[in-house]
Amino acid sequence: MNSMSDSAILDEIEIIDSGKGSGVPPRDGGDDDSGNSGRRSPFSSRRYFTGISLGLVAIVMFFMALTSAYIVRKGLGGDWRPVRLPSLLWVNTVVLLASSLTIEVARRRAAARLESFRRWWALTTVLGVAFLVGQVIAWRQLVLAGFYLKSNPANSFFYMLTASHGVHLAGGIIALLYVGFRVWERARITRDAAAELASIYWHFMDGLWVFLLILLNLGR
Amino acid sequence: MVTHDSEGAHAHAAPTGFIRKYIFSLDHKVIGIQYWLLALFSVFVGMFLSVMMRIHLVWPNAHIPFVENNQLTPEQYLALLTMHGSIMVFMVLTTAPQSGFGNYILPIQIGAADMAFPVLNMLSFWTTFLSLVVMISAFFVTGGAPISGWTAYPPLSALDAIAGPGQGAGQTLWVIGVAIFCGASLMGALNFITTIIDLRAKGMSLMRMPLTCWAWFVTAILGLLAFGVLLAACLLLLLDRTAGTSFFIPGGLVVSDKIIDHKGGSPLLWQHLFWFFGHPEVYIAILPGMGVASHILSTFSRKPVFGYRAMVHAICAIGFLGFCVWGHHMFVSGMSPYSAFAFSLLTMSIGVPSAIKTFNWLGTIWNGKIQFTCSMLFALGFVSLFVSGGVTGLFLAQPSIDLFFHDTYFVVGHFHLIMGVAAIFGIFAATYFWFPKMFGRHLNEGAGKLHFWLTFVGVYAIFLPTHWLGMVGHPRRYADLSGATFLYPLIPVQKFISIAAFITIGSQFIFLFNFLWSVKKGMKATDNPWHATTLEWSIPSPPPHDNFGGHIPVVYHGPYEFSVPGYADDYVPQHLAPEHVAKNKS
Repeated sequence: MNSMSDSAILDEIEIIDSGKGSGVPPRDGGDDDSGNSGRRSPFSSRRYFTGISLGLVAIVMFFMALTSAYIVRKGLGGDWRPVRLPSLLWVNTVVLLASSLTIEVARRRAAARLESFRRWWALTTVLGVAFLVGQVIAWRQLVLAGFYLKSNPANSFFYMLTASHGVHLAGGIIALLYVGFRVWERARITRDAAAELASIYWHFMDGLWVFLLILLNLGR
Repeated sequence: MVTHDSEGAHAHAAPTGFIRKYIFSLDHKVIGIQYWLLALFSVFVGMFLSVMMRIHLVWPNAHIPFVENNQLTPEQYLALLTMHGSIMVFMVLTTAPQSGFGNYILPIQIGAADMAFPVLNMLSFWTTFLSLVVMISAFFVTGGAPISGWTAYPPLSALDAIAGPGQGAGQTLWVIGVAIFCGASLMGALNFITTIIDLRAKGMSLMRMPLTCWAWFVTAILGLLAFGVLLAACLLLLLDRTAGTSFFIPGGLVVSDKIIDHKGGSPLLWQHLFWFFGHPEVYIAILPGMGVASHILSTFSRKPVFGYRAMVHAICAIGFLGFCVWGHHMFVSGMSPYSAFAFSLLTMSIGVPSAIKTFNWLGTIWNGKIQFTCSMLFALGFVSLFVSGGVTGLFLAQPSIDLFFHDTYFVVGHFHLIMGVAAIFGIFAATYFWFPKMFGRHLNEGAGKLHFWLTFVGVYAIFLPTHWLGMVGHPRRYADLSGATFLYPLIPVQKFISIAAFITIGSQFIFLFNFLWSVKKGMKATDNPWHATTLEWSIPSPPPHDNFGGHIPVVYHGPYEFSVPGYADDYVPQHLAPEHVAKNKS
């Protein structure tokens, strides 16, 4: 028997499609995509969730390379002088953690309570920007205290790791702005799917920052 | 009830206007051809650089165009060598097999209307193009191109112009170009993996995918995991070069009579980071060729792939083990012999899945009804060259032997046979195979066969002697032999290699003219001239914009149903419903 019966094929499709955890409740997608803007396929957002997960894998590898370089370099010569982390960093951390809370609140309102969503989403964006501003201030504090990028490997890693995180977070802020301002009614995915994608990235940036903070603290 | 037609309805309407159709296209087929053309341009640039190298090596006083005094300095030779390696590895071997053919063929073979993210696809091509421009611009800045090899080992690569010509702006542009390439590759890898996971047609289970798709899948996973590491390494190198940090630069250096004000860094750190990327990179270069070889050997033997499941496992094993062996590039770096032992065992173990694949290729063609088309010849050549190049890897995998062979022409022979030729043969096989589909016309078979034989004999003539050169102790990356009297007796061998190289490179123009002529004037192709089974042969040649005309096929069969007993035809297309397959009259 070279072929499967139709129902067996459909069973296989069910297995492929289910359990992917897109987080998007199935919509009325039984009909085809006839161009009716009110209907969207229940599957087309799944690829974005796969995509964002893969993107995070790539980012993890990037930071793992930097982490291993950090560990190796620290163990090398005797010239490692730990950086005195400015206390502003803890404030920034609280700001970023708060933004993870606010993005969760916002995300849950994306489908049904649009005005409330917009407020909490804007608050998240503001908190993200505040984090970056705080990071820049922390760098300036360090420079004023005489901790330059090139004077010591601990300094180099501090600036390089925090700047790398900051660049990725800035990308996250652009994503927040995009989700906040785009007209989702005419898009291929829903606002709440987009918000969920952005919030996956945002939470990851949060967790990455906590990881880096621990790493930098262990370097003392 | 679940429907897949919603995926089939194409994401974007057919573009109009020249710019949208051919320049900033979202169509995976156009993007695939763009990558292929970028690789074609790059391979001729790379070959030109190697011609200049081969002339200088055996005729050091020869008149070389484009350079000062018409004579190459040793540093300029190293610059040619660096850019030859970089352009060939990055812009040819990482683009054409994966981003070129993968982009074009993968969505069709799995029954999708396009890649998962068409805009990202377009961005990934143009980012690759930008990285090529940045890299090539290194030739035209003060000091010229860098001289540290495609491996860019610090401290040479981490210091500035004080370290040598080309190490100023040239090296910086190289690092930036490579970093941009990393971004482009990550985008592409993400697209490929998502497409395979999410966009397969109804009935196209993973174990019904053609082996080409499996190869593109594992290759993309390797790329996703490896290029981030190279990007991190490039960032650190850039900081060392421009911001005064010392990630890789040790203390106590005196260069060109100047004391270098850096300390504490480790050149070995770069080596680890680079080769952690670098080894998966060479599997990225070869795996698509393996997928193509399996596909073509099966099609033109009219037999299924022998041991399809084992082939899938072997591809995955090669991909996984490829991440575990980077230390074999560093056997002479002073590493612990215990580490060397571990890396050695792991490296040799890659021979197991590789051998499985080789024996299965032989098993595929065994007793087959072989059709010696050009693509079949190149696929058979791939198997031959993969074995030739691969077995020398087993020698190099022993630290005790590598102590002698490291940085000799033996290594040059090994990696050229396996990458510079086997992988290239994979590209040629794919080109001759899919050209009718892509352009609606056939490449000229006679010219193709001439191209094959000249190239096949030529590459063996070039690279087999390099193994012998290595065995007698000829170091690599030497600009000329005038300073080493013990190498003078080898000059005739080097001359032979150079002449073989000129002839082989000249033969590639047969292919180029064949290609350019056949695009416009080749014999017209039908939808399925090879009587192949996979989905790309079920649509017109060339395909319409949305591949399947809005009707994504349903897949009923595996990918290699050739010569199935009881059927009238010697092939069963994957999309043919069982009730429509003609049976034998009996």
